[in-house]
Amino acid sequence: MRTAPVSVTPADAKIGPKPPLRRFHQARWDEPLLFELSTPGERGVLVPEPEVPLDGAVPNELPDALRRTAPPALPELSQLHVLRHYLRLSQENLGADLNIDVGQGTCTMKYSPKINEQFARDHRVAELHPLQDERTVQGVLEIVHRLEGMLAEISGMDRVSLQPGAGSAAIYANVAMIRAYFADRGELDQRDEVITTIFSHPSNAACAKTAGFKVITLYPDADGYPDLEALKAAVGPRTAALLITNPEDTGIFNPRIEEFVRTVHEAGGLACYDQANANGILGITRARDAGFDLCHFNLHKTFSTPHGCGGPGAGACGVSEALVPYLPRPTVEFDGTAYRLDDDRPGSVGKVRPFYGVVPNLVRAYAWIMSLGAEGLREVAEVAALNNNYLMKKVLEIRGVSAPYAEGRRRVEQVRYSWAELAEDTGVHSEEIGLRAADFGTHYWTSHHPYVVPEPMTLEPTESYSKADLDEYAAILAEVAREAYDDAEAVRTAPHRSTVHRVREETLEDPATWAVTWRAYRRKILGA
Amino acid sequence: MREAFGKRGALTGQREPFVHPYIPNSVPETKRAMLAEVGAASVEEFYADVPESIRLRRPLDLPAPLRSEAALARHVGGLLARNRSARDTLSFLGAGVYQHHVPAVVDEVVNRSEFLTAYAGEPYEDHGRFQALWEYQSLMGELLEADVVTVPVYDGFQAAGTALRMAGRITGARRLLVASAVAPDKLSKIEDYVRPVHDVVVVPVSPATGLADLDAVRAELAAGDVAAVYAEAPSALGLVDPALPALGEAAHGAGALYVVGCNPMSLGVVAPPASYGADIACGDVQPLGVHMSFGGGNAGFIATRDEERFVAEFPSRLFGVAPTSVEGEWGFGDVAYDRTSFALREEGKEWVGTAAALNGITAGVYLAVMGPQGMREIGETIMARTRYAMNRLAEVPGVELPYAGAAHFADFAVRFTGTATVAEINDGLLERGIFGGSPLPGSYAPARDGAAPRRGAPSETDALYCVTEVHSKDDIDRLAAALEELVK
Repeated sequence: MRTAPVSVTPADAKIGPKPPLRRFHQARWDEPLLFELSTPGERGVLVPEPEVPLDGAVPNELPDALRRTAPPALPELSQLHVLRHYLRLSQENLGADLNIDVGQGTCTMKYSPKINEQFARDHRVAELHPLQDERTVQGVLEIVHRLEGMLAEISGMDRVSLQPGAGSAAIYANVAMIRAYFADRGELDQRDEVITTIFSHPSNAACAKTAGFKVITLYPDADGYPDLEALKAAVGPRTAALLITNPEDTGIFNPRIEEFVRTVHEAGGLACYDQANANGILGITRARDAGFDLCHFNLHKTFSTPHGCGGPGAGACGVSEALVPYLPRPTVEFDGTAYRLDDDRPGSVGKVRPFYGVVPNLVRAYAWIMSLGAEGLREVAEVAALNNNYLMKKVLEIRGVSAPYAEGRRRVEQVRYSWAELAEDTGVHSEEIGLRAADFGTHYWTSHHPYVVPEPMTLEPTESYSKADLDEYAAILAEVAREAYDDAEAVRTAPHRSTVHRVREETLEDPATWAVTWRAYRRKILGA
Repeated sequence: MREAFGKRGALTGQREPFVHPYIPNSVPETKRAMLAEVGAASVEEFYADVPESIRLRRPLDLPAPLRSEAALARHVGGLLARNRSARDTLSFLGAGVYQHHVPAVVDEVVNRSEFLTAYAGEPYEDHGRFQALWEYQSLMGELLEADVVTVPVYDGFQAAGTALRMAGRITGARRLLVASAVAPDKLSKIEDYVRPVHDVVVVPVSPATGLADLDAVRAELAAGDVAAVYAEAPSALGLVDPALPALGEAAHGAGALYVVGCNPMSLGVVAPPASYGADIACGDVQPLGVHMSFGGGNAGFIATRDEERFVAEFPSRLFGVAPTSVEGEWGFGDVAYDRTSFALREEGKEWVGTAAALNGITAGVYLAVMGPQGMREIGETIMARTRYAMNRLAEVPGVELPYAGAAHFADFAVRFTGTATVAEINDGLLERGIFGGSPLPGSYAPARDGAAPRRGAPSETDALYCVTEVHSKDDIDRLAAALEELVK
């Protein structure tokens, strides 16, 4: 195949500069469903034979009505074909390891160190049974106990439980403790209201309601700060607690947080701190120092455990001395020699999940803190805040975007921006800009509902991202905004270089056409 | 960086400034440039809204960091060395967390960065997770014979709590009847979770047989205002109660729903709850390829018929399949999103947040490699070995199998009739390299002195043993031989 020699120079070998933005295209395998890949008779893995006689008794000892007669209609695939299917799907998924993941604001996307994966997968974590003799699990109990102590120091709280499954579960556990606290005082019938703010995570409102409380939601004052006057008007003898995030999802730190806590305390209520947004304030300020009675952390946010497509995460509840008796059981205790589980806690709200928490994530979070120490955690916070303010400067140079509220003030670790001006000018909405960003190998998230900030976009550039990352991300947004003004159709019809094209979501709202499983699709859509 | 090399390359041992590998912009030159760009004199300016009264003006009191990866690995390795795993020890522990073989392909897939580190992207750039989770729902749907299965909730405890509250919202009734043996920890979670709106009535199982007391359940139903009858298959005693269909008929006869918690690993051989009348099935997928992780590997499932009154009550996300603008493309998205607290805050159903999605993908890969034959065969193997273990241990003098009449799956109760307690026997087994079964909660069996047992307190005589496909016949024989020495 070699052609006749031609004369070349080093200039011919030179590779030219890249364009300003990446010519990204996501994998598009056009992958069928597992069920479409099935070939009757194929096997993915073989299982041990019984070794012992079935002799007609097993599983025929089951009564007829309880014996499965027809095999489940699972697909049948060889091992390679299962692997290949899922590897293709993985390539059609944009993990945080692969992109400048600053766009999932409030989610604190940061690097999950690989050494911590090795710890979590070690058989001396992964293959421990929770009911083993305590003498055989001293290492993992010590990790849990030490992590509790570290989070108590970071929050200033007296005691921490690591049992909740993730952040919202930790909010629920805190609300359950608040309920138990007032029930013990005979005040639960009277104190049936919980106050929260619209820029606190919706789970604060939803968990309080689920636990039986009425919910009062405060809106911000004109400057975007939580409204102290509104709080004063809302508190009273019916107040059980304030559930509040700080900084809120706008990235604005509430400078009157002590007055908020004091106001609730004076009314006889408890103050509960949602620390989902703690990443920018580690080592800067602490929940207990502002007077809070309870708080929670999301270990999959602030403390680096991977997000797993939406969990498993891990939650930590911190409480003051007065609420220690209500903590989920068991607690991990240390007598100076050995660690043990204390299940004999009569005042406890009981279990909030099986056993002792999402242990692999507790191991990861412990290792992450141990790699950083006090100085490192403070560096995490300061660089997260620096990154955020740097990105804000770059983003606000883009036509059509603004950062509502707190004019001229700095933000902590994230900003809720608004594309209202661009939408007004071009008719292109924030969701569409986010989808167009997918064509450049990244994405963003708008906001929780309701959209108090119109056409929202929430960016949280944690300490994991470099200056060059932030410049690239801002350049992508700038390019999409330019397109919105110059060629709105290109944005409205995006994504163009993603795995799939626009989904006809309207079928997902109609009971006649929604299909949550393959069997529902077969029955309802295919009529099979 | 240059200072570290000194003049003419002399080694200086210099380790300052502190630049952490996880924090690229901790390079001082970068920080200075960025501060200049934003017009800030220092990072202090970003904290102008934090009042001095709550500023922490001292370093956090934390252990000195282990900044090198080597030092960290050594430290954590030292802690892990103080654990003894069930890989290296013959374990007969079950009771809600099950040791099974995890096929290598399962770990290969779920440890991929693309799945492990993704979070909440849209159905475009995160198409892969939407498809993998929809397929998980679909695979579970086949196993459960249910048309609607949720994206995973946290765990089986939460799944039971939510399933019962769903039943409460659908029926408008207050009382919940627990008809089979349920682990006290799980019951604790259920009671705490439903407390604002429901009363839980535990109808004790027969102490003699461990089976549901159908007459007592019927009497409670006759008293009215029952939202649901809840039963488990297998129950917390490991047995599959022949009364399961009759409990459903009784519930329906009284206008209540029937909620059944089940172990999905059993469903290749045990009938799925929907087939004997369950309106809502729930449970934990941990057995399906999720490592035990000291009780940290869970994901809950909830499954129902495809009726709007059921779908409308799910708090969690339900992924659905939909066409795209291109022929032949599978698209995905949220079904009936406007029932969730993401959409409606406190007006949504209960609450939804980050739960356990990756463990759902894990269970999906597991079911995909197992297929229908694999699930049937593993069910047969587990039931056969469970029965073998029960028969073999029953031959040991001083050991009784109190509920042996019923069919069992994996877990089974053992009663020691001699003077040695469960704890003493487990000490002896541990010396012989075996993790014995966990003490059963005393509430299932009469206490030795005849006193009423405190709920949740461990029994001295009764233990729950567990056998799965990882236990060979030789393993079971080894256990029996050890017990022959220990049971006095």
